[in-house]
Amino acid sequence: MQNLLVLVPLLPLLSSLILLLLAGRLSPLLVALLGVGSMGLAAILTLLIGIEFIGLGGESFQQVLFNWLPIAGAPINFGLHLDQLSLVMMSVITGVGWMIHWYAAAYMFEDKDVQRFFVYMNLFVFAMLMLVLGDSLVLLYLGWEGVGLCSFLLIGFWQHKADNVVASKKAFIVTRVGDTAMMIGLLILFSEYGSLHINTIVESTTHVSQSNLWLACILLVGGAVGKSAQLPLQTWLPDAMAGPTPVSALIHAATMVTAGVYLIARMHPLFLQVEGILNLVAWIGVLTLVLAGVAALAQSDIKRILAYSTMSQIGYMFLGLGALAFDAAIFHLMTHAFFKALLFLTAGSIILKMHHQQDIFKMGGLFRSLPLTSTFLLIGLLALVAFPGSSGFFSKEAILAATYQAHTAGPTLWWIGVLGAFLTSLYSFRLLFIVCFGPANHDLKEADYKPTSQLVVPLLPLVTLAVIGGFISLDFSLVFGPANHPHLPLWIEWMPVAVALLGFILAWFLYFPRQSMQASSSVINNFCRDGLGFDWLYEQLFTKPLQLFARINKGDVIDHFYHFVGWFNFSLNEVLVISQNGKLRWYLFGTLAGCALMLGGLILWR
Amino acid sequence: MTVPIEHGFVLVALLWAIGLVGLLSRKNTLFMLMSMEIMLNAGALAFILAGSLWQQADGQVIYILILSIAAAEVGLGLALLIRLRQHIGDLDIDKLDEMKG
Amino acid sequence: MALSFLIWLPLLFGICAWLSEKKYSGLGNWITLISLIGLLIFTLYLGNSGSSSLSWQWFARFNIHFALLFDGLSLLLISLTIALAILAVLVSWNDIEKHRGFFHFNLMFSVAGIIGVFLAADLFLFFLFWEVMLLPMTALILIWGHEGRRYAAFKFFIFTQVSSLLMLIAIIALALYHQNQTGQLSFNLGELQQLVIPDTMQFWLMLGFFIAFAVKLPMVPFHSWLPDAHTQAPTAGSVLLAGILLKTGAYGLIRIVLPLFPSATMEFAPVAVTLGVVSIIYGALMAYSQTDFKRLVAYSSISHMGFVLLALFSWNEVALQGAILTIVAHGISSAALFSMAGMIQHRIHSRELGNMGGMWKSAPKMATVTLIFVMAGIGMPGMANFNGELFTLLGSYQQFPVQTIVASLGIIGSAIYGLHLFQRAFQGPPNVDVVDLHMRELVFTSILVAALIYFGLQPHIVLELSSDTIGSLMQTARELRP
Repeated sequence: MQNLLVLVPLLPLLSSLILLLLAGRLSPLLVALLGVGSMGLAAILTLLIGIEFIGLGGESFQQVLFNWLPIAGAPINFGLHLDQLSLVMMSVITGVGWMIHWYAAAYMFEDKDVQRFFVYMNLFVFAMLMLVLGDSLVLLYLGWEGVGLCSFLLIGFWQHKADNVVASKKAFIVTRVGDTAMMIGLLILFSEYGSLHINTIVESTTHVSQSNLWLACILLVGGAVGKSAQLPLQTWLPDAMAGPTPVSALIHAATMVTAGVYLIARMHPLFLQVEGILNLVAWIGVLTLVLAGVAALAQSDIKRILAYSTMSQIGYMFLGLGALAFDAAIFHLMTHAFFKALLFLTAGSIILKMHHQQDIFKMGGLFRSLPLTSTFLLIGLLALVAFPGSSGFFSKEAILAATYQAHTAGPTLWWIGVLGAFLTSLYSFRLLFIVCFGPANHDLKEADYKPTSQLVVPLLPLVTLAVIGGFISLDFSLVFGPANHPHLPLWIEWMPVAVALLGFILAWFLYFPRQSMQASSSVINNFCRDGLGFDWLYEQLFTKPLQLFARINKGDVIDHFYHFVGWFNFSLNEVLVISQNGKLRWYLFGTLAGCALMLGGLILWR
Repeated sequence: MTVPIEHGFVLVALLWAIGLVGLLSRKNTLFMLMSMEIMLNAGALAFILAGSLWQQADGQVIYILILSIAAAEVGLGLALLIRLRQHIGDLDIDKLDEMKG
Repeated sequence: MALSFLIWLPLLFGICAWLSEKKYSGLGNWITLISLIGLLIFTLYLGNSGSSSLSWQWFARFNIHFALLFDGLSLLLISLTIALAILAVLVSWNDIEKHRGFFHFNLMFSVAGIIGVFLAADLFLFFLFWEVMLLPMTALILIWGHEGRRYAAFKFFIFTQVSSLLMLIAIIALALYHQNQTGQLSFNLGELQQLVIPDTMQFWLMLGFFIAFAVKLPMVPFHSWLPDAHTQAPTAGSVLLAGILLKTGAYGLIRIVLPLFPSATMEFAPVAVTLGVVSIIYGALMAYSQTDFKRLVAYSSISHMGFVLLALFSWNEVALQGAILTIVAHGISSAALFSMAGMIQHRIHSRELGNMGGMWKSAPKMATVTLIFVMAGIGMPGMANFNGELFTLLGSYQQFPVQTIVASLGIIGSAIYGLHLFQRAFQGPPNVDVVDLHMRELVFTSILVAALIYFGLQPHIVLELSSDTIGSLMQTARELRP
């Protein structure tokens, strides 16, 4: 059964290719069947492979497909590597991905470009699976760039709108900066270890200088930061919400943005050898966590709130990684996929019902109008704020507990993490109260309210998992070593819950709508809403100078030199041609003068 | 009294220079031809003197040669002159400058 | 004997095409197409039987021979030449209105010259073909080019001529030095490789050749001719220019400069590598500044060839592999992009990005293939260009880490101009309606896409064909750099 591993990425790829080649010739139903069906098959296959894998004790499994790059001395294969980490990732991608595809089929059913949509979605899943299953850093990079490409295509899916085009470009380029950092990291690793095969690097006993290793690791972190929208490369994620909501759910919540977390988890043996780098990762996580939380409080677009929330939760994952709690980080990755996908898809249902209205201040009172959807929203948000017993509770607790004890993290980071939990609760309940309670700020009729079953059914597994997913115990012992469960004083373990409760109470006072709510327009609010000034900063530092250069140098300053040569020759011609006046006597005189000079010269020099 | 041969060569040089100056400073083509004749004759005189110096008849032979060349040249030159006069109505050599630029 | 057919046959068929166009309009297209396909098959057949060579006496007095050498690298590049020539014919099937026959003659003449460059084993013959391939290309630009064609053709001609003059001086000096050492003039590459040349002389000789090839490559600051030539040339001309003419410069470096002057090149390497990196970055920046579709792609060519220069002068096996991969990949991808530019220009009679916009709506197939070509050009893994870039960076990092890191910034740069190109033309609110791809166009663009993906996933054949050349270069390197 494990030999069928190759089918898991292959099925979505084939589906994507078929949909591409038969563009415009398939009915929407067939498109949906193909697009969703391939995902379903992949998910079932993953389940079966997983069962066999665990049954065999979780030993890692390799499957080499073909020779890919015959690099002299270190050939790279197109090979798949299955271990506990990649199994979990694969399960999340195919499982949650299947649900999202199912939902998307209903969501995008009336869009005339639905076939193109599924081409991109399936291609994305293929690339993401290559990312997590690849046995070499080059194959990982293939998946990495592939998901970047698909993200670009999906964000700009409705490409007749200029704003979407700009958002997709921004996403691609900002993540490319991270990708370049990662590429340089790859160069250093190849130079030091002589190979880009992950196992070779990770198990190598070659002594590498601390400075080189630190450089390589920090560059890998740079790549991770770009893909996972952490500081300082986080600016693309809020704008990426321009894409259709299923895209935001799949790519910008459950899978692509977790690629950075996966990278660090996968290469953790390297990171463990370098002094200080994991501490840096933890700091990045925690700072992003708080920044995103603050920004989320100032948003009025429901998807942007969820985007900043994602950014914040990935910050938790980075914190977990930095605190040496790799298993906790991946656990949180999984639970986050459940409840964030649920949240985004629920938001999608709301947006559909609101006729593509995304402003929360134009919603309100949806508990009465859309009770089922609002319940799903509530469940998702409870998981997000780590309500005791929900999946988010277990994973967030694990991370925070590890942070307190880890020597690469510590109490300071723990306190900031707790602050983040407070902020999470605050913005989550703000969202809940403004959207679901209070007077209705919209003008929809009762008849619009009933959700289609196709939009509800795929959410049910996600709801279930968001509630009970915390009880799934993941075994990472062969990858990360035996799990350690720190024993901490009770107040430390329950502080995040207390803080979440505090957030709930504060949100009740601040945001529970007694009359119509409006977005605040204070300076601080606007500053936070616009990503705390990072967009402005990057524009001044990078975009504007580049555009200035482009304007100034369009004619190529180097060409001026060659124009000068041409100009010089023509001017010389204009000067010299004066002597070509056609008059015979002048020519005679010239000849004779020349002769005289030559003779004179000869005579004088003899 | 024999005239020193140097005087002869000085005469040749002077004649040649006069011819040259005339050639360069004259605009009328006829006068340019005449000046060229003077230059040719100066050259021929130089050969006579040389022949006399070496006591050989070769100098005089070359003199005849030069004279005949000069005559041929004058013939051609005058023919061209006539055509020139017919073409531009004038013998001014500065008017022939279509090869400029 | 059979080898020389590779040069005579294109000429012959070119003349046939020229003459036949007078009788039946449109026949020239078919003659050229079929003869090129036949030539490709012939080349592959010749290549199948391994390396071969040929040497006829020519100017016995100067010991110049008509010497041809056909090894794996030559096979690779000649196949690429003919394939791109086929593409050029297919792209401009209906484009050329006046002097059709003469157009085909020039095309075939150019192909013959380029094949000659890739085959020549005698430096005099090499120089001859170097000049020969230039003339019909100039004619192509001058007669069938766009509005600025005179300026572009002249610039192209003068740049290449001046630089090849320097190469001629170097060739003659080299032959004379050989005479100095062995008593006999020789222009033969094999014999000249046996020479041991003192360092200063080697440096100046190398420089003479290097400048000629650097202009062709092109390398900043000698790149000025390229944007104008590529933009003003007709589509077929651009395809050939970008696809293969630039590669003759790289070929010259691999075949002549690196083997003949190894220590001089190693000494010069820091300068060359830095200039290569400058080409990468400056090319990318300039590409972003352009508003003309073809000019943008032209500057992107400069950027990509900077990688080749970086790779070659690193004298590292992986980097050399990367250079060859980049040569093949860039040949395909930039020829593809220029074909798209030609198709667009044929439809909307403009190359300005401002006149395009939102063309995906009316031409989704064209948009999809252009997207694939742009993605290939900016180094998307799974396609051929990524392999070249990866190998180059991996290899040159071992020798020149700082420059390689700066060169990696080209990855960001290529994304910036690539997206700029694609989005301005195809995305955004629909600005202009275009007819989508015809069947003929769909066929050859699909073949190009398939080629890019094939070489992206299975680059083995390219590397096997060039393994001998790389092997002997590395052997030389090992002797000099223990």
